[in-house]
Amino acid sequence: MTGRFSREAVIRWAPLLVLIALVILFTAINPQFFSLRNFARITISSAPALMVAVGVTFIILMGSIDLSMEGVISLTAVLFCMAFVRFGGNLAAGGWLAMPLILALGAGIGFVNGLIHVRLRIPSFMASLAMGFVGTGAAVLLTGGDIVKVDDDVFRGLLTYRVLGFPLMVYVAVVFLGLGWFLQTRTTLGRNFYAVGGGEDLAHASGLNVRRVRIAGFTLAGVFYAVAAILQVAKLGQAESVTGANFMFISITSVVVGGVALWGGVGGVWNALVGVLIVNTINNGMVVIGLPDYVQDGMLGLLVIVAVVLSTDRRAAIVVK
Amino acid sequence: MYQLAHVDKKFPGVHALKSVDFQIGRGEIVGLVGENGAGKSTLMKVIYGAYQPDGGQILIDGKTVRFANPRAAMEQGIGMVFQEQSLIANLTVMENIFLGYEQQFVRFGVINWKAMAAAASAQLAKVKLEIDPATITSALSFAQRQLVELAKVLTLEERVQGDLVILLDEPTSVLAEDEVKLLFKLVRELTARASFIFVSHRMDEVMELSDRIYVMKDGAVVDVVARGEKTVEQIQHKMVGRNVDKEYYREQRQIPYDAGRELLRMEGVSLPGRISDISLTLHAGEVLCLVGTEGSGREAILRTIYGMRTPLTGTVTIKGQEITRFTPRNAVERGVGYVPRERKIEGIVAGMNVYENMTLSQMGRHSRAGVLRIGGERALARDWISRLSIKASSELADCGNLSGGNQQKVVLAKWRSGGSDIMLLDHPTRGLDIGAKEDVYDMIRDMSEAGVGIVLVADTLEEAIGLSHSIIVVKDGAIQKRFDCQPGAKPSLYDLLHYMI
Repeated sequence: MTGRFSREAVIRWAPLLVLIALVILFTAINPQFFSLRNFARITISSAPALMVAVGVTFIILMGSIDLSMEGVISLTAVLFCMAFVRFGGNLAAGGWLAMPLILALGAGIGFVNGLIHVRLRIPSFMASLAMGFVGTGAAVLLTGGDIVKVDDDVFRGLLTYRVLGFPLMVYVAVVFLGLGWFLQTRTTLGRNFYAVGGGEDLAHASGLNVRRVRIAGFTLAGVFYAVAAILQVAKLGQAESVTGANFMFISITSVVVGGVALWGGVGGVWNALVGVLIVNTINNGMVVIGLPDYVQDGMLGLLVIVAVVLSTDRRAAIVVK
Repeated sequence: MYQLAHVDKKFPGVHALKSVDFQIGRGEIVGLVGENGAGKSTLMKVIYGAYQPDGGQILIDGKTVRFANPRAAMEQGIGMVFQEQSLIANLTVMENIFLGYEQQFVRFGVINWKAMAAAASAQLAKVKLEIDPATITSALSFAQRQLVELAKVLTLEERVQGDLVILLDEPTSVLAEDEVKLLFKLVRELTARASFIFVSHRMDEVMELSDRIYVMKDGAVVDVVARGEKTVEQIQHKMVGRNVDKEYYREQRQIPYDAGRELLRMEGVSLPGRISDISLTLHAGEVLCLVGTEGSGREAILRTIYGMRTPLTGTVTIKGQEITRFTPRNAVERGVGYVPRERKIEGIVAGMNVYENMTLSQMGRHSRAGVLRIGGERALARDWISRLSIKASSELADCGNLSGGNQQKVVLAKWRSGGSDIMLLDHPTRGLDIGAKEDVYDMIRDMSEAGVGIVLVADTLEEAIGLSHSIIVVKDGAIQKRFDCQPGAKPSLYDLLHYMI
C-alpha cells in the first residue's frame, strides 16, 4: 500500500497506459497516425471486434472460454444477408426485420452452446470450439461458397453516414458497450458472473443456480456475436462463410490484453474495450508506419505478448496452464 | 536418537508449540495424542521439515540439524506417511515410489523400466504387498495405497546413512479392522528398520501400538506415558484438563429454547458410507452441537440439511415441509444458511466487495426484473457493518483483504440479513483469534435470542459444551448419544470423549 501508486492501482490502469504508450509510439514514428481520420479507421475496425470481445468477456468472467465466435459470426452474417434480401432488400421495406431475427438466432446458438457445455458436461473450450465449426459448416452449406451481398444505402449508412467524423456503427457499438456495462454492474446476472468466476463452489453454496448462470452467459455472448455479425456486414456490404475469420484471435487476445483474468472473476467490459483498442491500434499503427505486409502478423503476435506482460497481473496465478 | 529440545513455533495470534521436548529411540514406536488444535499437526510438520521452528533445536544423534524443507528432512532419514495420501493417482506404483528419485534408473537419458520395477518390487516386499509395480495407482484399494506410501518412505533406507524415523498420520482412519491389524503387525516388524511416530484419534489403537505416548494440549506436551502406565481415561483427562470458562462462552446469556417451535426434523437419514440412520430435531432458539472426530459424519449431516447431498433413505423436514428436491437453492429459500469451514472456498468471494458478498444469496430481494438496486444493497451492508462492528473501510472494501474474523462476520451477516432462521455453522471460529472468537460467540447468542435455530460443529469440545443447548455425539456416521446442556448441568468433556472414541 503506497497510496496512489499502489500495486493494485498500477495493475488496474496498466492496459490504458499501454494503449496511451502505443499511441505515442506510433505518433512519434509517423505523426499522421494522430488524426481524426485515422482514429475513425481504428474505431471502424474495432467496432465488430468490440462486440465479440464484450460477449466473450462475460464467459471469461465466469472462468470458462468460448471459441465459437468465428462460426457463429459467419453463420449469422450469412443468414442476416439472406434474410435482409428476402425481406425486401432494403431497410425501410422490411429488411430491418432481419435484425431482431438474427439477434434471436445468435441467442439461440449461444443457448445451445451453453446447454451442450452444461448438460453434457463437456468443457466449454471443447463444446464451443466444436459449435463454432458447426456454424462455419452451416454457413458453407447455405452459401455453397458464394458471397451474399447487401446493397442498401440506408443500411450501409451505418458505415457511410458520419457524425463528428465517426460512422454510425461506432455509435451503435458504443450503445451496446453501454448495455454490456449495465448488465455487468447493475443486474443480478452480471453479479452472478462474478460470483461464479470468483468462487463457483461458493456461488453454489449460496444457493445460486450455477448451471443456469452459465447457460445465460453463453446465450448473452451469442447475442453480442450476432451484433458483431451485423456490424461486420455493414462494414463489408457482404457476407460469406469466412466472414467470421480472425475474430477468435482478436477478441480473446483483446480481452486478455485488456486485463480480464482467464481464471475468472476479474475484469469487465471496460477492459475489453481497452484491449480491443490496443490490438487494433497495433494493427493500424503497423500499416501507418509502413511495415511490410509479411512481417505484420508476426509483429502483432510479438506486440501482443509484450502487451500481456505489461498489462496483466500474473502474480496471482500459481499455476498457469 | 532423534530429539526435539524446547521447540517453539508461533503463528500470527497463535502460540502453536510451546517449548516442546520430544525424543524417539531406535526401533521405538511413539504415540502422539491430543485434541484438535492441540498442536499435533504443527509438531509433525516441524518433525518432517515442512515448518522451521522459531526456537529450540532439532537433534539427530546429538547433532543439531536444520531442515529447509521436507526433502532435506528425508535426506536425514525422516519420512512421512500422509493421511491424505500423497500418491499421484494416474502414475504407476513404481513411478510413485521413486518420484523425484528416478535418476538412479536413467541411462543415456532413458529410464530403465525393468530396473525400476525390480527395485520397486524389493520395496513392496518390505511391506508385504504383492502387486505388479506397473499397476496404475488408482486401481489399488485404499489400504494398498497406504502400504505403497509406506514402501515409498522406506526407500529412504537405501538412500540415507543412519536411522529412519517414519511418521504415520492417522493411518487407520479409513482402514477396516483386519487391515488395521495387518498394518500394526507390519509396523512392529519394521521396527527393525525404523522408528515410528504414530498419530491417531483412536486412543485404543495408540495404546495398543505405542511404546510411549506423548499427550499434547494447547501446544505443549503435558505428559509422557509409558506403555501400560495409565488407562485410557487418565490420558483423556490429561488431553482436556482445563476448566471451562463460563464467561468466555457467554453461558450466562444462554436462555431456554422454544420447544414448541420445531424448525428442522431429520428422520432415519442415511447416506451410504457417510451417515446412517440420523434422526434429530432443531427448535427455535436452540443451539445444537454435533460432536465427533474428524470424518465422523458431522459435515455430511450439515450438507444434507443444506441440500448439497441427497439422502438415500429417511426424510428431512424444514418448518413442517418435507424436502423432496435437495438443492442449496431450495434450502436457502426455506431460510437455511450455511457457514462452511473453508471460508476462502465456500464462504466469501475474494475480489468481490462487502456488499456484493452480503447480498449474494438474496439478490432476488434487491432487484426488480434482474436489475439491482445497488443503493439498497449498500445501505443494508452499512447497517450490518455497524451492527456487527465489522472492521472494513467501507461496504466497498474487497472482502479478500479483510481479516479472518471480519470475513466470518460478513458471511454471518449474509445469512442473517437475508432472514435465515436455521443456521448451519461448521467450525465458525476456526483460525480466528480470541477476540474474534468472542464476537462470534456473542453473535451465536444473539441469533439464539432472536429465535434462530443453530446447528453447530464446534472447533473444540469446550466450545461445543459452552455454547450448546443440546449435544449429539456422532461416531462413524451414527448418533451415539444425545446430551442436554442446561447451564449448570452440562456434560463434562470426559462424558463426550467417552462416546466419541
